[in-house]
Amino acid sequence: MSTAAASTAYDAHFRVWRGDTGGGGLKDFTVEVNEGEVVLDIIHRLQATQAPDLAVRWNCKAGKCGSCSAEINGRPRLLCMTRMSVFTRDETITVTPLRAFPVVRDLVTDVGYNYAKAREVPAFVPPPGVEPGAYRMAQEDVDRPQEFRKCIECFLCQDTCHVVRDHEENKTSFAGPRFLMRVAELDMHPLDAAADAGLDRKTTAQEEHGLGYCNITKCCTEVCPENIRITDNALIPLKERAVDRKYDPLVWLGNKIRRRER
Amino acid sequence: MAQVERQQWDVVVVGAGGAGLRAAIEAREQGARTAVICKSLFGKAHTVMAEGGIAAAMANVNSGDNWQVHFRDTMRGGKFLNQWRMAELHAREAPDRVWELETWGALFDRTKDGRISQRNFGGHEYPRLAHVGDRTGLELIRTLQQKIVALQQEDKKEFGDYEARLKVFQECTVTRVLKEGGRVSGAFCYERESGRFFVIEAPGVVLATGGIGKSFKVTSNSWEYTGDGHALALLAGAPLLNMEFVQFHPTGMVWPPSVKGILVTESVRGDGGVLRNSDGKRFMFDYIPDVFKEKYAESEEEGDGWYEDPDHHRRPPELLPRDEVARAINAEVKAGRGSPHGGVFLDVSTRMPAEVIKRRLPSMYHQFKELADVDITAEPMEVGPTCHYVMGGVAVDSDTAAARGVPGLFAAGEVAGGMHGSNRLGGNSLSDLLVFGRRAGLHAARYAADLAVRPVVDEPQVATAAAEALRPFSAEGPEAGAAPENPYTLHQELQQAMNDLVGIIRREAEMAQALEKLAELRTRARRAGVEGHRQFNPGWHLALDLRNMLLVSECVARAALERTESRGGHTREDHPGMNRAWRRVNLLCRLADPTGGLAATDPVGGQIDLERVTTDPVRPDLLALFDKEELVKYLAEEELYE
Repeated sequence: MSTAAASTAYDAHFRVWRGDTGGGGLKDFTVEVNEGEVVLDIIHRLQATQAPDLAVRWNCKAGKCGSCSAEINGRPRLLCMTRMSVFTRDETITVTPLRAFPVVRDLVTDVGYNYAKAREVPAFVPPPGVEPGAYRMAQEDVDRPQEFRKCIECFLCQDTCHVVRDHEENKTSFAGPRFLMRVAELDMHPLDAAADAGLDRKTTAQEEHGLGYCNITKCCTEVCPENIRITDNALIPLKERAVDRKYDPLVWLGNKIRRRER
Repeated sequence: MAQVERQQWDVVVVGAGGAGLRAAIEAREQGARTAVICKSLFGKAHTVMAEGGIAAAMANVNSGDNWQVHFRDTMRGGKFLNQWRMAELHAREAPDRVWELETWGALFDRTKDGRISQRNFGGHEYPRLAHVGDRTGLELIRTLQQKIVALQQEDKKEFGDYEARLKVFQECTVTRVLKEGGRVSGAFCYERESGRFFVIEAPGVVLATGGIGKSFKVTSNSWEYTGDGHALALLAGAPLLNMEFVQFHPTGMVWPPSVKGILVTESVRGDGGVLRNSDGKRFMFDYIPDVFKEKYAESEEEGDGWYEDPDHHRRPPELLPRDEVARAINAEVKAGRGSPHGGVFLDVSTRMPAEVIKRRLPSMYHQFKELADVDITAEPMEVGPTCHYVMGGVAVDSDTAAARGVPGLFAAGEVAGGMHGSNRLGGNSLSDLLVFGRRAGLHAARYAADLAVRPVVDEPQVATAAAEALRPFSAEGPEAGAAPENPYTLHQELQQAMNDLVGIIRREAEMAQALEKLAELRTRARRAGVEGHRQFNPGWHLALDLRNMLLVSECVARAALERTESRGGHTREDHPGMNRAWRRVNLLCRLADPTGGLAATDPVGGQIDLERVTTDPVRPDLLALFDKEELVKYLAEEELYE
């Protein structure tokens, strides 16, 4: 450790949840912190020096893969993008696993719910008769779905959404913000041919993926580390279009005709 | 030992990054029942870190581009050490592989006329990289992931089971490729969550495990990059090719310490960013090597003119291949002209308006703002070289991706060697994943389908693999009762040694010292112990990964010591020039003791044997794509007249 780093080093107080499916509790640690470090660095230092079997998921350590999701002082966050400098030196920092998902061990949870929901969203339907290499789309038409494709699948939005956070029973009928956004993304894809194949994504959002549960409290948007405006840009437009679809057959017909002209 | 669960599949793909997923899609579409095994969650593989783009000569932005130009650029970048047939297939097939992604739902950035936009990158003559801002890898992995889900949805309809023909075993690790006689029979695996062992019986195994960067201290690579596939191939009896070639990306973050090594995309330079030293000088003009003199600008005016009018200007030297730029930065820092934290300055703030920077380089803006308190629209970044990629890898057949000498074993992506020669061009990795991932999946599926009798997994092999994996739980210190070694400490010492002794600039004595250190670490690694139980125990996982890192590190050190020249990602201070006589020499690494006796402690003998082999001559029609004057710089006398 260089002298510059050593001079700014201090000992922080951490409380980390340790346990497994059978239960567990918060455990106290005193651990060294150096300039510029993030919470994940501290967790790694605990592994290397005090708790070699402390379980945590992580990969890229740069906010790009969405693996190291946990709750810091009760707030869903990426461990790798939470800098220690946002806390005061005498503050106790509490790290717990994502609350909406069952614990596997320590900070690792079973996120299988998300993978199950991903499978329930019908895939992109390629436009018939358009050869690979012949796809033409304007940048302004792909801007909107591209925003949603920034998603790193950290599942913080799924964790924080009150529809499932304390309501296990809603999980079967509610896809969660991430996968409702996926439906919106496909619905806004300029070349998705689902409608021609008899699949109306707006209706299925409502009827099969539980869009109606969402009452736009925007918790998902607040925790998104990619700053995707999930509620404003994906969920609300999807709701509006689902309503249009339900009550206004002319809108539906108009959309259909315009799509054909492309 | 209790009975270990067994499952039967046709093809097993190890790794779920770009190459692994593309291989799995192809194998499944060929009709093979395909299993994917990956250490992380599905969709988290290191491919998400790729930023710049996918190189493919689609000629959407400059109509002068075609596969021949791409092939030429790739060979030049690799200093002609590339397995030329791979470079040819790659250049020819990359456009189809990119277009196919659109039919699976990918949304690339567009040109004005609605095609896929392409950007400039180091070593590429024309704008060639299909991209999505600076998060192209994420788009690639998500598209492939969603294609896998689409195939599973088809199977659900047909068989009532999403996983009838394609299953992802996430958070599982393969520790051994199993064989019967000379042929592959399956893989021995453990579930990270439970620690439970299982065996997949399959005649075809595709290695797609990526690279080895976690053996180095400063690296852009994630924890997964422990050289697993490289080691699995060695242990299964397949040779590794040209392991001395390790790419140090010129621009990694250098400050703060906790993010040292994290990648700063080459797009920063492709889009106009410049490198300056502490005197404010654009130093790259002083570092244009002879072989590239005609292709790069000599003045700032000329270089700057190229962004707008590439037909009448030569490109700026910031866009030289990565090995050249990394060495230049290293030299500037050494000469005392570095930035405060030991890098150089990379500046876009004076080159583009703030909103353009935020649009074209959103994740770089975010990364510096969040992790370093630096606003790249207002001030320069500090950057320095970081271990990024290994050009060396499993020696494979160019057309089929089959590993040499082990029927049933295939390799694609970073774990395979040859494609990139001594240095990879930016953007050629994502295209490599797609082209050779597909080929590996195709040929593994065909191989499995054509087998009359399937190889059998015998019980003793499984028992041996299980005992090897359990060893860390019963490890003891050097004397009875002494504490076992801490795997984290061993890992840190390994990373420090490789960084200091086999890093970007190499010297004979240091590499010899590295081999001695590796021998010491191998001995100590046998005593690496872990606490706790088998459920999601990262200390145990690391103890097992150490075997792989030590094997691969020895390959790098031994091959680097052997090659007495400087070429691409291998720079010898004591042999500074490129030597044409070495162009045809490939170095193969093999396991010295293939019987499974590990951790030899003799530093001279070690675990790895080296062999020199001469490569096939480049096909004449491909050679004819170059001027004679250029070829004389690379090829040995006798090659020119063959």
